[in-house]
Amino acid sequence: MRMAQAVIATGLPATTRRARRSWRGWGFVGPFMAVFGLVFLAPIAYSLYLSLFRQQLVGGNAFVGIENYQRALGDAQLWAAFGRVALFLAVQVPIMLGIALLVALAIDGGRLYGASFFRISIFLPYAVPAVVATLMWGFMYGTRFGLVGNIEDALGVALPDPLAPDLVLASIGNIVTWEFVGYNMLIFYSALRVIPTTLYEAAEIDGAGPWRVITAIKLPAIRGAMVVATIFSIIGSFQLFNEPAILQNLAPNAITTHFTPNMYAYSLSFSGQQYNYSATVALIMGLLTMVVAYVVQLRGMRKEA
Amino acid sequence: MTVIPRTLMRGVALAGAATLALAACSSGADEADDGGGDAAAGDTASVLEEGGDLLVWAWEPTLEQVVEDFEAEHPNVDVELANVGTGNDAYTALQNAIAAGSGVPDVAQIEYFALPQFAIGESLTELSDLGAADLEGTYTPGPWSAVHQGEGIYGLPMDSGPMALFYNTEVFERLRVAVPTTWDEYVEAARALHAADPEVYITSDTGDAGFTTSMIWQAGGKPYAVDGTDVAIDFTDEGSTKFAELWQQLVDEDLVSPVSGWSDEWYQGLGDGTIATLTIGAWMPANLESGVEAGAGKWRVAPMPQWEAGASATAENGGSSLTIPAASEKAELAYAFLEYANAGDGVQTRLDGGAFPATVAELESEEFVGKEFEYFGGQKVNEVLAQSAQDVVEGWQYLPFQVYANSIFNDTVGQAYVSDLTLAEGLADWAEASSTYGADQGFTMAD
Repeated sequence: MRMAQAVIATGLPATTRRARRSWRGWGFVGPFMAVFGLVFLAPIAYSLYLSLFRQQLVGGNAFVGIENYQRALGDAQLWAAFGRVALFLAVQVPIMLGIALLVALAIDGGRLYGASFFRISIFLPYAVPAVVATLMWGFMYGTRFGLVGNIEDALGVALPDPLAPDLVLASIGNIVTWEFVGYNMLIFYSALRVIPTTLYEAAEIDGAGPWRVITAIKLPAIRGAMVVATIFSIIGSFQLFNEPAILQNLAPNAITTHFTPNMYAYSLSFSGQQYNYSATVALIMGLLTMVVAYVVQLRGMRKEA
Repeated sequence: MTVIPRTLMRGVALAGAATLALAACSSGADEADDGGGDAAAGDTASVLEEGGDLLVWAWEPTLEQVVEDFEAEHPNVDVELANVGTGNDAYTALQNAIAAGSGVPDVAQIEYFALPQFAIGESLTELSDLGAADLEGTYTPGPWSAVHQGEGIYGLPMDSGPMALFYNTEVFERLRVAVPTTWDEYVEAARALHAADPEVYITSDTGDAGFTTSMIWQAGGKPYAVDGTDVAIDFTDEGSTKFAELWQQLVDEDLVSPVSGWSDEWYQGLGDGTIATLTIGAWMPANLESGVEAGAGKWRVAPMPQWEAGASATAENGGSSLTIPAASEKAELAYAFLEYANAGDGVQTRLDGGAFPATVAELESEEFVGKEFEYFGGQKVNEVLAQSAQDVVEGWQYLPFQVYANSIFNDTVGQAYVSDLTLAEGLADWAEASSTYGADQGFTMAD
């Protein structure tokens, strides 16, 4: 700040000012900027470029302007997929974060027997690759040879098929919750650990009970962590792909090729060779995700202030 | 061979390449130039001598032995055989690799229905100048026309898939049900089998595009009409309707096992008798022998059930070719492998492994037709299958974008297996979605 003022005060011509500027800072940000440009900005620019063209099996490549975007806005399959992940977000994320918060508070409360074992076993599913986890759950969901089938045989009851079209989204939600409760718990737990113990001592002196400590101290203190976890979960929900894509082999009719926006983009480009429209879909979804995540962040920060 | 100096070998290779270039020029000017073929053949030998690595993407099980023999015969060639998936999985992988421009195999197995899409997309090497033009008459007309796209040849036929009814005779004997010869009997048998043992289903089906189109083919339906880039899709013709109505009964009464083809459960079902029949292409014996050991001795083959008693109509189901992706830089070496596997010694090797040929000579040979299959209890399976090859209904066409159409089959027709939608309605949805895609891709779609 002081340097800037000094520069302004001297009022030297622009060329001289530039010559004096130190490039040392670029040495620090340069490597990051290079990688950022290469793996983030360049692909987005390329997708933007692609989205303005249309490559056809018959007729070749042509510039079409915003035609792909117009098509996307009226694409019922895309918006159905978007609605599906939005529903997933509205139901699964609160459940997952709620469980994660409960577990984190329980471990942090210090009254849990074997807290460290409990913590590691809750976290362990996150260490299982999503593909493996989904295959494992897929086998359990099987009504013929899977766990569901075994329960039906053992108890002589008819359970609903977890892979039927109207239940499969809930089944995927169950898998995702199982995978990510531990991860979110860890975010909450580490935020809880940095709360100064003096606050708890003060609360005790004031005669606050455990419940009051949670609502008055712990929850306000970890609001930042909760916003972060929520934003991660929003992004994760909109990008839902692995779990449905793998379960599709087991339930080909329940999970369509346009089940989630990402699956839709995948099938457009790799089954349909419609790379241009696929890039358009990806850009629109990226933009929507950013908007939703930004709104949540703004709201979260306003509450904090 | 090893005493020949490397420089000399290289010289031969160069000379070969030069003659090939000349041959390519001359064949453009004069189609009937025999010298072109000979020059290419001489070149093949030197390319094989030079050797190199070949990456082959295929799921055909009998190719393993072919690759071994090929490598033994040409020690300088190193072939890596990779199974990247069956059918649509393989095409997705192939399209990925082609789009990415790296990791593209030198040889890829592509089914006949999928070949037009890859050929139109200019993803495949045209094989006429490499020597495929000389193979006219080697293959039966169906597969040979299937590897043509316009004037070009884009693959060498590996096998063909005239359909037949594969059935587990042990199940039919145990439950005292007669093996069906017509589709009406098939539905009756489905009910009888499932009633006698609720674990047993006549077959499994969760919606399979290849099976459905082949069934419509046999019933005389012609839902696809393709003329250059003019395409019409219509699933309301008599043949399509016949199939939809028949199969609807099986779906409505839960008489087909909800197990997807080629899954672990499917192989298990074929082995333990819970899936009693398969109406499938003649390439199936090799897959049964390698994938369903528990079924050894139990399976038999009968002619495909008929729409009218006493008729003998059949259809092709699957069947594939070996192709050379355009991105491969070793087209000549790859072609040498193609020719060995699909026109040379490899054909007999694959027949011994249980594959079904597309070559005229093998289909007519007594050794082939008279072969007794231990897996099928000593039955001369090829008698049934070779007969089926002659009874294929003529005039069927696939879409020039059948791979994509098949990929959305479960989005549309598949819904009939899990909801109140009927198969006929599902087929109409499929036609509409396929039409939309065709129009997007620049084809002229009829209403």
